[in-house]
Amino acid sequence: MARWYTGLWRIFNGPQELGRGRLFWCLFMLVVLGLLTYPAVGSVFALSNLANFCLYVPLGLGLALLWGYNGVLSFGQSAFFAIAGYLYGIIAGNLLEMPGGTLLAAAGGIAASMAIAAAFGYFVFYGQVSNWIIPLLLLVLSLILETFMAQTAGYQWRVGDVLLGGYNGMTNVPSLEIGSLSFGGASIAFYYLVIAVMLITYLGLRLLVNSHYGYVVAGIRDDVERTRMLGYNVARIQIQVFVVAAALAGLSGILYVSWGNYINPSSMGLLAATLPVIWTAVGGRSSLLAVLLSTVTLRSLADTLAVRGGEYAFLIMGILLLVTMLFFPAGIVVTLAVRLSSWKTAHGELKQNRAR
Amino acid sequence: MSLGYVISLLYQYVDNVAFLLLAALGLMLILGVVNVINLAHGELIMMGAYITTLAYNRAHIPLALCMVLSILGVGLFGMLLERLVIRRFYDDKLGALVATWGIGLILSQGTLLVFGPSMQAVSLPSWTFSYGGYSFGGYRLLLFVIAIVVAVIAWWTFYYTRLGVRTRATMQNADMARALGVDTRRIYLLTFGAGSALAGLTGALYAPTTTIVPLMGNQFVDVAFITVVIGGGTNPIVGALTSAALLSLIATPLSSTLGTFIGRIGLLIAALIVIRFLPRGISGYFQDIRYRHMARVRS
Repeated sequence: MARWYTGLWRIFNGPQELGRGRLFWCLFMLVVLGLLTYPAVGSVFALSNLANFCLYVPLGLGLALLWGYNGVLSFGQSAFFAIAGYLYGIIAGNLLEMPGGTLLAAAGGIAASMAIAAAFGYFVFYGQVSNWIIPLLLLVLSLILETFMAQTAGYQWRVGDVLLGGYNGMTNVPSLEIGSLSFGGASIAFYYLVIAVMLITYLGLRLLVNSHYGYVVAGIRDDVERTRMLGYNVARIQIQVFVVAAALAGLSGILYVSWGNYINPSSMGLLAATLPVIWTAVGGRSSLLAVLLSTVTLRSLADTLAVRGGEYAFLIMGILLLVTMLFFPAGIVVTLAVRLSSWKTAHGELKQNRAR
Repeated sequence: MSLGYVISLLYQYVDNVAFLLLAALGLMLILGVVNVINLAHGELIMMGAYITTLAYNRAHIPLALCMVLSILGVGLFGMLLERLVIRRFYDDKLGALVATWGIGLILSQGTLLVFGPSMQAVSLPSWTFSYGGYSFGGYRLLLFVIAIVVAVIAWWTFYYTRLGVRTRATMQNADMARALGVDTRRIYLLTFGAGSALAGLTGALYAPTTTIVPLMGNQFVDVAFITVVIGGGTNPIVGALTSAALLSLIATPLSSTLGTFIGRIGLLIAALIVIRFLPRGISGYFQDIRYRHMARVRS
């Protein structure tokens, strides 16, 4: 086996993430295979729904990286999601004729989220503020942006050909297009795009957190002062992680707009801001896999509950969040995984003892 | 610039100060003493407004009495919350942030389910007078007076009562205070109750001036959070007063000439700039100056 290959494999299986054994990777491959062959049996409606649940995975994983691995909590991920979505809509709506215009728009949307995150990060991370200030100010940023976008109704609020639409939202946003291939919400192409983005994000972040850089990131979470004393530029690394998380949120935002051809201000409001936090906390912020699972599960749960009315969904999400914080501070999936592995170890030792 | 215009600007300034002070003082008290950020503060304010509105509209109690009911109700609820939830997060600020967020979500969505999307507001006591072509609401001025009275009461409790001494001791060094026989858990419970009662008061006072909806807390908390961040938790009362005075100075001209949105953005940018240079807020900066001065005197 080539050397770089085993090295990469070792990084993939590093200690910063759950799920390392042969059994895990077999299961993982099985699930991927299932997802890839699902279009052969699933209806278009089911595919479109599943794609909708999975497109939030980068948003959730970004927060897991930021909060779980770097110790910086953010209530503003939905704002970055919506900024990218809106900017994508504005650029793509103005470049309808241009080939590759939607790709340019996607790049522009993500770049805008990253730029705002970098500017914000400069102030808070170089100021070395206490860790509770950052989520608070990001929450304020989301609330201000929501109130601003909500009052942009009317014809005077337009950029080029695109109406911002106020509380009714921006409509008829074009879907992503690569060449002649269009990624509309109800297409198989979009489903594959979302699955690919989800897997690449997960595996890429898994590589990141287990690399040398990832250890430094986790070191900052465990002890900021110690990491600084070891000679790392803590503020710069925190800004980098923050920008990566914002980019991932923006990626989700663009997929969302491409899926529904629509975005409205409530996607950056208070209720939307709670969702990534709930997914990350309930799954378990110290594991990417746990957050991935909880994101998809809770999205589909919320979708089922929303049939009875949005307030039920949010009430139950709030209860879930409170119960998790009180009784499973490490997250439900992570707690289960830890219990399982300790049970397995105890079981294994028992067997060994008997054999002896 | 006529005298009337100046007075009108002053009136807006005073109105802004009252709003920021009432919205943030309770939050800041809890941050300073208990060292926890209560993200459900906006929902507690909403609760205060609902109690006043319901008591006034359904039970026809005099308005002032309704407001007392709000203070007591929300204060007791806050103490219950401290007992059941907050107590577990004393040494985990981010955990407290997320848990109180969950509480806020439950409260606002629960209110939406029980009382519906909106409610008939209490009519505003209409004491107005005008000067130089500008008209002023007497109720707004009353709010300012109440805000100042509340701050003075807090100040007096902090510096001139036994409870205040114990609270300050707990803030300074909780372990030492405990060793000297201060029941710090009781201090935390009472402070959280007092902070919640202030939220109840704020909700009750502003109930006649806004629409009563389950998410009404939002309009208070975004400015309250900025006030708290700029003021810092080192000395809640000094922090709240200076930060409210400074922020109103920024927000008043911006909002009156360029609109509320620009005013809020101005506040956010001000907060970012202030924490870039004073990461522990204004009251933290004052404390640093005092310590430096003390060190110089000693040497």
